[in-house]
Amino acid sequence: MDSPLQSLPLFMVGPVPIMPAVVVTWAIMAVLVLGAALLTRRLTVVPSKAQAAAELLVDTMDRQIRDVTGAAPAPYRAFIGTLFVFILTANWSSLIPGVTPPTGAMETPAALAALVFLSIIYFGVRGGGVRGFLRGFALPNPAMIPLNMLESVTRSFSMFVRLFGNVMSGVFVIAIVGSLAALLVPIPLMALDLLTGAVQAYIFAVLSMVFITSAVEKGEPQLKEA
Amino acid sequence: MDYVNIVSIFCAAFAVSFGAIGPALAEGRAVAAAMDAIARQPESANTISRTLFVGLAMIETTAIYCLVIALLLLFANPMMP
Repeated sequence: MDSPLQSLPLFMVGPVPIMPAVVVTWAIMAVLVLGAALLTRRLTVVPSKAQAAAELLVDTMDRQIRDVTGAAPAPYRAFIGTLFVFILTANWSSLIPGVTPPTGAMETPAALAALVFLSIIYFGVRGGGVRGFLRGFALPNPAMIPLNMLESVTRSFSMFVRLFGNVMSGVFVIAIVGSLAALLVPIPLMALDLLTGAVQAYIFAVLSMVFITSAVEKGEPQLKEA
Repeated sequence: MDYVNIVSIFCAAFAVSFGAIGPALAEGRAVAAAMDAIARQPESANTISRTLFVGLAMIETTAIYCLVIALLLLFANPMMP
């Protein structure tokens, strides 16, 4: 059986091997970008059906972000929303026969987690300045500095392993069951996979929001109490 | 069959099976506590279930770690000939 931990290149562009996950990611990017462009091309005050659906999605994301951060969702909407929509589409792309979701290969979740790691630094520095962000590492007291530094790496790593492990194990289980009994038997597992995919996309977005918020809040100047 | 293979397969099954016990118990307790909280305060069910999902994902990560370790043992074992 093929190892789920490594993927074989589909074809080569010069010296660069192109993995199947990358090709699927390109397709998802094209679909999402084209869809977003088509949806927002003619925005009207009285929305059409498609525009109303898109507004519903954006409103829901805004509400979730406001619930988590307690702040205005505008600065985070683009990043968190894109993360959620991309991971959801990637996880559900396994519905198309012959497509393995790119989040089930190691590279894509690792890249997404690296993005979250960088964005925590970006939003933290933007919220409290470089000094405020660095001071956040010394909370609640300076003895925690090594632990906080370690935590900032391990939480991104655990986001990577969580997304990869969940999606990959779903694909793996379906492959095993499909090799035993291919007709109709894997369908309940695939339905479970859809649920897992949606929950993981939500979790990834919410967790990155939580981490960004904690970095921003730690960096804010302390309010003098009493 | 080399004894490294046998030990690796045994340890992979061992890691997944015993690694699943802790998260299973923990998730059960978390869900029970959340049910309790929702039964007491149905109006805050949204917040509770959102926090529950995030917490469950956190707990589940330990089991996923065990799975990844098992797969490493099976497919990317540096000791295997």
